[in-house]
Amino acid sequence: MSQGFWNGFFIVLSFAVYIVIAIRSRAGSTKEYYTAGSGVSPFANGMATAADWMSAATFISMAGGIAVAGYDASRFLMGWTGGFVLLTTLMVPYLRKFGKSTVPDFLGDRFYSKAARLVGVICAIFICMTYIMGQMRGVGVVFSNLFELSIPAGVIIGAGIVFFYAGLGGMKGITYTQVAQYCVMAFAYTIPAIFAALTLTGNVVPQLGLIGNAVEGGTPILEKINNINTELGFSEYTQGSLSKMNMFFITAALMIGTAGLPHVIVRFFTVKNVKSVRQSACWTLAFIAVIYLTAPAVGVFARINLIEKLHNTEYANAPAWFSKFETTGQMTFEDKNGDGKIQYFGPGADQPNELTYGTDIMVMASPYMANLSPWIIGLLMAGCIAAALSTAAGLLLVISTSISHDLMKKIINPDLTDKQEVTYARLASLGALVVAVYFGINPPSAFVAKTVAFAFGLAASSFFPTLLMGIFSKRMNKWGAICGMVAGIAFTLIYIVYFQFLGGTPEQYLYGITPEGIGFIGMIINFVVAFLVCLVTPKPPVEIQAMVENIHIPRGAGAASDH
Amino acid sequence: MSESEHAANQAAKYWWAKMRILLGILVVWFTVSFGCGIIFRDWMDVNMPKVGNAPFGFWMAQQGSIICFVLLLVVYNFMMNRLDEKYDFDEKGEDA
Repeated sequence: MSQGFWNGFFIVLSFAVYIVIAIRSRAGSTKEYYTAGSGVSPFANGMATAADWMSAATFISMAGGIAVAGYDASRFLMGWTGGFVLLTTLMVPYLRKFGKSTVPDFLGDRFYSKAARLVGVICAIFICMTYIMGQMRGVGVVFSNLFELSIPAGVIIGAGIVFFYAGLGGMKGITYTQVAQYCVMAFAYTIPAIFAALTLTGNVVPQLGLIGNAVEGGTPILEKINNINTELGFSEYTQGSLSKMNMFFITAALMIGTAGLPHVIVRFFTVKNVKSVRQSACWTLAFIAVIYLTAPAVGVFARINLIEKLHNTEYANAPAWFSKFETTGQMTFEDKNGDGKIQYFGPGADQPNELTYGTDIMVMASPYMANLSPWIIGLLMAGCIAAALSTAAGLLLVISTSISHDLMKKIINPDLTDKQEVTYARLASLGALVVAVYFGINPPSAFVAKTVAFAFGLAASSFFPTLLMGIFSKRMNKWGAICGMVAGIAFTLIYIVYFQFLGGTPEQYLYGITPEGIGFIGMIINFVVAFLVCLVTPKPPVEIQAMVENIHIPRGAGAASDH
Repeated sequence: MSESEHAANQAAKYWWAKMRILLGILVVWFTVSFGCGIIFRDWMDVNMPKVGNAPFGFWMAQQGSIICFVLLLVVYNFMMNRLDEKYDFDEKGEDA
């Protein structure tokens, strides 16, 4: 059977499943639209959260990023999993006990002010918009590969599908679709990895293959890739080249950002009590680990395959998949020395490099490179789309509920009926998608994971510190919280925009910190400003202090959400 | 001791017991990721036994830390459930 058949088969099959689920679980009330009626089981919510969490960036770009950066890419691996430890121990059990449906809801009530709620809404929209751009780009990349469309056409098709089930179905529709999407993703990611591990290392388990020996020659696989890297003028694979300080800051920003991402936090409002929240968070991380532990193996295998297949190969004899990726512009070859061969060199080599490729392409190209059967490639495509759609849907929900619930209902017009609120939510998700499509077509940064990394910086500098102080400090008042959030996010945003859009150069970095790691400094600024402002302003009212005590006692969460 | 004083007292004890658990979890969390995977990574690559064929620090950064995170959450679940039960703050009867 042809590649086209298998691609179509898996995509159509998975879409049919999602659509059936979405229609069956359409939301009727705001309660169902926002939190799926708080009746989801911990196990199902764990799967849904894992799918929500693992974005197009994780699925498509991360292994490619690891293949290119080696040890340096560990910042993504640790950052995007370690954050769940913070999220589970410091955030979600207490926010669930509080029992409202959005993150700005908590800010507005805990800091007893509409201003805090408004700042929360603005931060949430900023974070989710930044993040969703990366997703739409990811959808575009997959569709363009699949149907040989242009990327803009792919982005628009993806947006249409997301709107169909996220905008209409709300949290209830999203949750059960995400469960299905996680299953597709897990299979799509691990099966090609298993085959690649078998061919390269003779080991069925990719993680064991990574620390095992190569079939050819019997050298350890990591030694082999280190040798290849050194020979071609790259830094050693297991050493990396990023400074220790930047590794620390970026990892920290990603972890803290993870714990402050509104679309992940709200997923835990869908289970029934505090105990289920903890259990569900544990499942989530376990499901995520399945893919994150496989990614380093995929990265190494893909890099070895790519170099062995292309380096020093006559252009005329290049494998068929090479011309496929050349047509879509994701791999390019320029014969600089005119010998008709493709040569791939790193910055340390004395010969010019003739091959360039996007890191986004590594995962999708790896089954071709390993000569895997067409059905595996079809499955992988379905997985890529599932990853991008599930995250985009989760983000879209936060944007739309922030606007309909927090802005329209709680700030502008408290008389909105339930039905009107849901209508506003749907309109808001349409508006947000239009913006996301625009930026998906004209991305501010070419590398999907990089765009996403900024969302983490923004979350780390705004929500995480403010939520943490709101939960653990009775003394923190509205002035401290608002000033802290504004200072933190403004600092981070200015730093990122300056270096990303206004032509700042690496020499101007503050103490050499890259824009990806600046969220950590933003968080410290948030803490310091909040603390100082809080010292000179009055204590919060007694009932707020009682509320802080109450959210630490698990009992009663079920009842609290039933009002 | 009146009933409300007793309740406040219990809540305070529960708070500190919980903080001890959180602190323990976060210390391990920091050690396996930032400690082994970043700060002492090069030292560990050289001085610790290899994991299969992978240098220890490198393996911790790409595999070991993630495995530890999952185990940490399992332990956290277990300890918090026990603590809630001990102080009678658990959610018995609210499961329905």
